[in-house]
Amino acid sequence: MTTQTKAIARETSPFAAIAVVFLAGAGLLFAAGFAQATVLHDAAHDSRHAMAFPCH
Amino acid sequence: MIKNLASSAMLAGVLTGIIASALQFYFVIPLVLEGELYETGARIHFPVDGSPQSEAGAPGLGGEWGRHLMTVAFNFVSFTAYGLILVALMAYAALRGVAVTPKSGLLWGLAGFTAVQLAPAMGLPPELPGTIAPEVMPRQIWWSGTIIASAAGLALIAFGRGLPMILGGAALLLLPHLIGAPHLDTYWGVSAPELAAHFATVSLGVAAASWAVLGTLCAWFYQKVE
Repeated sequence: MTTQTKAIARETSPFAAIAVVFLAGAGLLFAAGFAQATVLHDAAHDSRHAMAFPCH
Repeated sequence: MIKNLASSAMLAGVLTGIIASALQFYFVIPLVLEGELYETGARIHFPVDGSPQSEAGAPGLGGEWGRHLMTVAFNFVSFTAYGLILVALMAYAALRGVAVTPKSGLLWGLAGFTAVQLAPAMGLPPELPGTIAPEVMPRQIWWSGTIIASAAGLALIAFGRGLPMILGGAALLLLPHLIGAPHLDTYWGVSAPELAAHFATVSLGVAAASWAVLGTLCAWFYQKVE
């Protein structure tokens, strides 16, 4: 009889998980708030004004 | 854990985005559109030859659905981004033994509002379209630095032990304003000052409500999944 061992996915350390989530948020915020490409800027215009991002 | 945190943040961010968008379309966007009347010269507040009166009143939201849809989309993105940061900080606090509940989430949200909207607004008031301001890069640097210093200051006051940490937190809150935001040495305002002032207060009020919702929802979803 062979026993099959299944690799149990190890939980990433909580600190690493927290750091990943934090950095994802910061990256997304940077893109939403600071992207200067004209198309993005025009699309984000009202939202940025409403939320007081310094955008132009 | 990443999946749990990210899904809490996204749910909270999208729900907050819906509420924030509704509030913005009712209270804030009409003032943005009214500001654009001055920005484009359709309305003029300071004619060279007479009194500075101009007609008050916002135009309707109009039929620019593409534009308004993008505003909603960017609200989803921004509040999801803020949600990811908030949930990550909540998870870190929980690891350190701080209980995270929807009621404490409200305080987290209001602290987020203070750090991200209110503190930067002291130096860089929310700008009506058409506002002439200094170079964007120094303002973005001051804005980011103020958010980081204010958030760190509030965290020291909320979670620090002992008077030195509380005083350090207060100093961090004060520091960006002692340094001062980049300002021009002339006023260029083209719109009515009442409109600019109302826009600043109303956008802060809507931001406060949105952050209160975001903090509560982030904590609520976080509690569900953890």
